[in-house]
Amino acid sequence: MHMTAATLGLATATFLASAVEFVEAFTIVLAMGLSRSWRAAVTGTAAALLALTAVTAVAGVALIQWVSESVLQLVIGTLLLLFGLQWLRTAILRAGGLVTLHDERAVFRAEQEAARRAGHQMRLGLDWMAFVVSFKGVFLEGLEVVFIVITFGTSATRYNPHGLLVASASAAVAGLLVVVVGVISRRPLSAVPENTMKYAVGLLLTSFGTFWAVEGLGYFGSGESLTWPGQDWAILGLVVGGLGLSRLAVAGLRRTFKTPHPAG
Amino acid sequence: MRFLVRFSRFWYDFIVGDAWEVAAGVVAVLGIGVGLLRTDGVNRGVIPLVVALGVGLVLGGSLLAEVRRRRRAGR
Repeated sequence: MHMTAATLGLATATFLASAVEFVEAFTIVLAMGLSRSWRAAVTGTAAALLALTAVTAVAGVALIQWVSESVLQLVIGTLLLLFGLQWLRTAILRAGGLVTLHDERAVFRAEQEAARRAGHQMRLGLDWMAFVVSFKGVFLEGLEVVFIVITFGTSATRYNPHGLLVASASAAVAGLLVVVVGVISRRPLSAVPENTMKYAVGLLLTSFGTFWAVEGLGYFGSGESLTWPGQDWAILGLVVGGLGLSRLAVAGLRRTFKTPHPAG
Repeated sequence: MRFLVRFSRFWYDFIVGDAWEVAAGVVAVLGIGVGLLRTDGVNRGVIPLVVALGVGLVLGGSLLAEVRRRRRAGR
């Protein structure tokens, strides 16, 4: 695989995956900020970012110091495979018309409505609900970004010694872009083609996850990572195979349930 | 105790989500991969292909299960 193309692919995949997560986290924080308290929402976000940094640092040191490469591939690959398959499954069901398309405005309205109905409980001088909901939203979405950056970044170090840096920078740019656009517009980023992005990211996560989990299975044999036929080119094969299978599934669902083609 | 329940619930939701059959299927497919790896005479080059095929079947099976659930629910 050409080094520049691989690096560009890595940057794009990480950017898209992270952007989807950041948009979802932003919607939650915005809803809490506008309907409850900006101070609590921002403090919750900052606390989540601190917790994420701590988890990443502790887990990173533990992984590098005590875990072999094949175990790391197996654990992270399996997690990616689980996230990827669930995203892809949801994207197929949405494209097939069985599940309503994700609408960031609807999520925002629901979050705001729930925030308005909830009682006011103050703790540590903060609107506790706004703090907890913002913290949870940012932490959960951020944890997925951490997994994605570690996996994509580490797997890319084969082509590019700065793979982890490229992945981290792509995620940071995505986060910055979402925050800047969101702060300027002050409304949920519903114009982002989130469903299409989730489809693409689900496909990528599933492909990378399968690739890594299989390599990690080598731990149960000689302890060395297993090798795919065609080595890293197999990732491309997995993406193409996954795309074909998912399109077939979408077509089958639309035919079975006679649903029209969705707009987004 | 309540903390443990909440903690377990959080990780279950985070990792397994709303389609338990996907998680169970992935574990089963990887288990088959380990079984093949530990079986004498099995070509190691076949294992990735079997797992990839298994992942496709897990996705297909989960979609079929969802279709059945919705049909039963009247959609």
